[in-house]
Amino acid sequence: MSETTLFLLLEATGETLYMVILGSFIATLIGLPLGVMLYVTRKGNILEHPTVYRVLSAVINITRSIPFVILMIAVIPFTRLIVGTSIGTNASIVPLSLSAIPFIARIVENALLEVNKGLVEAAIAMGATSRQIITKVLLPESLPGMINGLTLTVIALVGYSAMAGAVGGGGLGDLAIRYGYHRFDINMMLMTIIIMIILVQGIQFIGDKLSEKFSHFRV
Amino acid sequence: MIILNNLSKNYLTPSGEMIALDHINLHVKPGEIYGVIGKSGAGKSTLIRCVNLLEKPSEGQVIVAGEDLTTLTPPELRAARRKIGMIFQHFNLLSSRTVFDNIALPLELLGKNKKEIAAIVNPLLELTGLTHKKKDYPQKLSGGQKQRVAIARALATEPRVLLSDEATSSLDPETTFTILDLLKNIRDRLNLTILLITHEMSVIKNCCDRVGLLHHGKLLEQNEVSEFFVHPKTDIAKKFIASSLSQSLPPPISELVLASAEENTHPVWRLRFIEKAATQPIISQLINQYNLRINILQANVEYIKKQAIGIMIIALDGEKNKLQQGMEYLQKLNVLVEVIGYVRNDIIPFA
Repeated sequence: MSETTLFLLLEATGETLYMVILGSFIATLIGLPLGVMLYVTRKGNILEHPTVYRVLSAVINITRSIPFVILMIAVIPFTRLIVGTSIGTNASIVPLSLSAIPFIARIVENALLEVNKGLVEAAIAMGATSRQIITKVLLPESLPGMINGLTLTVIALVGYSAMAGAVGGGGLGDLAIRYGYHRFDINMMLMTIIIMIILVQGIQFIGDKLSEKFSHFRV
Repeated sequence: MIILNNLSKNYLTPSGEMIALDHINLHVKPGEIYGVIGKSGAGKSTLIRCVNLLEKPSEGQVIVAGEDLTTLTPPELRAARRKIGMIFQHFNLLSSRTVFDNIALPLELLGKNKKEIAAIVNPLLELTGLTHKKKDYPQKLSGGQKQRVAIARALATEPRVLLSDEATSSLDPETTFTILDLLKNIRDRLNLTILLITHEMSVIKNCCDRVGLLHHGKLLEQNEVSEFFVHPKTDIAKKFIASSLSQSLPPPISELVLASAEENTHPVWRLRFIEKAATQPIISQLINQYNLRINILQANVEYIKKQAIGIMIIALDGEKNKLQQGMEYLQKLNVLVEVIGYVRNDIIPFA
């Protein structure tokens, strides 16, 4: 492997990690509160509100049903507005985050639904406010489930980031298309795939370990 | 301490309105342990959940420590709830917190600092015998230990009232006794008022001062526990008591009991006695004074609130007028005598 190839691979891996990590972070920042809102406004929950729930739920379903490739192109004006350009690593973070937000919102909602309702009831009986119920009971109790769900999202974003790369977003996907596909560089193609596999394995490993650390259900 | 005034709760179900609680009037005195007993579906759970307004009553008042909870604003209600501890059948401990941190939770909600929290939680760990478990997660605890944690947690805010929602129903009998002992112990130490619901007569018998019988959303009768056992007013109450004191004949004999006297039969009496009569030699009196011969078929003496309550089923042989006199003697001693039937000579021979 030439020095140039190595440099290209390292640079692309760095770009992919940058996109995935920042994209996941921004998506969590927005998706987590949305997921909590979905849960608490659901029927029979602490801030039950059918209208809010239905609207939120519908918006999330709509955004989730747009394929990533199309979303990426559709949000170009929005991306330009925020990042100033529609090409490059920074620009691809916008569609990556946008696609992950509804995903994370649902994952958070599902993780919260797994929390025993008796715990919420006990907290209400203690005189807890809704905010306290969320921060002291719901979030800590659902943490292991949420970490598992977030791992899923981060791995999905690795795949999406490759797609973003294909349309000029940089990263491993970009490399694989430009060298592996257009220049028939089989080696480069193989290397990017191997790095992707290592990334996904690594993320899953870290996710599992974290989830285990916070889970006290298992003996 | 707890007053329920004309409390009703209706639910709207697809098949129409369902009445869960029907004009309940109940008064739990300070320092008292009051038990509500009923079968599942009787409305017990709804009743206790109305006391801290986990369920909103459809009608009526809930007055705890002089405050009508139904008229409070949400922040006032939260403040009032901190003075009402509650424990649950399934403990409802946070799996993400250690024993110590579970007990600390209600104090964290109040914004207490670490030092203040430790000053309250450590004595509670002591009281409930959990000091050596303070750093364990609930997952590692037995059912009895989990309920102890829940009790300690409920006591953290120094409530005046403790609500127990079937707190011993998922525990084995032995653990149930230790939890009931703990409840009595903390009632005495902290002068707590306890309202509990249960479907187990043994809980009422071992722990409560007064009892209320709930059936189909109605409070059928309320009484001191010992009175309730001896003088149940309703059939439902009698059934509950029958289930806890064995007071009917064993099946091989009961099948052979005749409804009316025939040739060569003996009467079978059921005696129920309390207080003095339970500790007096009434059987030997019957034998010596009235020349009756007695065959004890079933006997059971229970101690409820330090009061002996006895139930005995006997077959008797003797002259008719002596039998009559014997019965009058017993009735004079406040023994309830019932003739439950007659058995033939060859089944229970006196010879």
